[in-house]
Amino acid sequence: MTAITSSAASPRDYSLTGRDARLAVENGLAAAEWYHTEIPRKQMKELMQRSDQPAIRDTIIWLAAFVVSAAGGIWFWGSWWCVPFFFVYGTLYGSSTDSRWHECGHGTAFRTQWMNDVVYQLACFMIMRNPVTWRWSHTRHHTDTIIVGRDPEIAVMRPPDLLRVVLNFFGILDAWHAMTDMVRNAAGIISPAEKTFIPEQEQPKAIRVARIWLAIYIATIALAFYLHSWLPLMLVGLPRLYGAWHHVMTGLLQHGGLADNVIDHRLNSRTVLMNPISRFIYWNMNYHVEHHMFPMVPYHTLPKLHEMIKHDLPAPTPSILAGYREMIPAFLRQLRNEDYFLKRALPPTAKPYREELHNDNPVAAAAE
Amino acid sequence: MSDWVEACAAGDIDEEDVMRFDHAGRTFAIYRSPDDEYFATDGLCTHEKVHLADGLVMDDIIECPKHNGRFNYKTGDARGAPVCVNLRTYPVKVDAGKVLIQVG
Repeated sequence: MTAITSSAASPRDYSLTGRDARLAVENGLAAAEWYHTEIPRKQMKELMQRSDQPAIRDTIIWLAAFVVSAAGGIWFWGSWWCVPFFFVYGTLYGSSTDSRWHECGHGTAFRTQWMNDVVYQLACFMIMRNPVTWRWSHTRHHTDTIIVGRDPEIAVMRPPDLLRVVLNFFGILDAWHAMTDMVRNAAGIISPAEKTFIPEQEQPKAIRVARIWLAIYIATIALAFYLHSWLPLMLVGLPRLYGAWHHVMTGLLQHGGLADNVIDHRLNSRTVLMNPISRFIYWNMNYHVEHHMFPMVPYHTLPKLHEMIKHDLPAPTPSILAGYREMIPAFLRQLRNEDYFLKRALPPTAKPYREELHNDNPVAAAAE
Repeated sequence: MSDWVEACAAGDIDEEDVMRFDHAGRTFAIYRSPDDEYFATDGLCTHEKVHLADGLVMDDIIECPKHNGRFNYKTGDARGAPVCVNLRTYPVKVDAGKVLIQVG
């Protein structure tokens, strides 16, 4: 790991319709050809093969955990014994849905597409991400990963807003924005930024979903008033706040503190080795370099892919804690100098970074 | 009427797989279905111009390797986000062990 500092002309403009969006297109960073580790077609086909079985197994466990934790929370409601049940329920609701939304959005979790669609819609509702808007924003995220002005899913912009990061461990700002976006969409308004990545013919679908969700939340709030109880909201809506911690903890590690405006996922993404429970919640998205390089590979095959290409990747970060130990100091340095980032060292067996592709950015500057 | 062009030998493509074929400055994707039939489409995804030959064939679907957009390679129909524009398809025939496509 190398710490890199370079000078840039002016602070970053993350607006999807702003200066850096235009510059990214002019500089060839938009829709660029990204680096891929070479894998023979026969092996790649094996890795890409879809199967219903792993995701059906995981989804049965997942839904059963929802039912048991919700039942325990309801049963013990009013006593402290409900806390561990709601902790589990909230983590499932506010965190595991992040990876379910993601994997099923790619269409890789299940072989059978309607199964992907059902889990996708359910997970989107819980994580409060409009299934139409986020399908398209995530498409852009894969086209232009951490390209300033192009990627709508940059979790930590530079200089980092650390208060925002901390608040999002409790889902506070994300949920607020999700709710205001939902109300705005339900009113039939698609924002200028959304229009940059949602095709016109898809926009009515985003509005329709927002209206259905708004009706569900209104019904839940009405039920809470009717019952004179917070319990309905503890089951629908609030878990997005009290259960967000795990998806934020893992999500920040995906790209936090690493390079931006590069076209090699080894430079801007992080693979982190994690415990089995986090990997179940996260559906193996800890293999994040591998996922970005080969988004066709299902989550259950990512460990195999990792073994196959690790000779060409930076060494994985050994734990969540180790990830935060390198990422937090980088965030703090970026408060003083937003051009600072961590450059991940490659093993001798890897193809070197193609510095010629990054002539106008900090990686090239650091190499000079 | 356009000419038939030899794309590859029939055995060059595995069953339920796809192969890239470049001809006269254009790129095509040649498919062999699980039923041992051959099909051809334009080679680039209509979404972001990625080579479909790097994608995955499942039954009568080709999935783009970049964003998992899906097409029916027999008809060219786009099968949902993020692909919205259909693929162009081309007639294919197998003659003496060779796969021929009629490029328009």
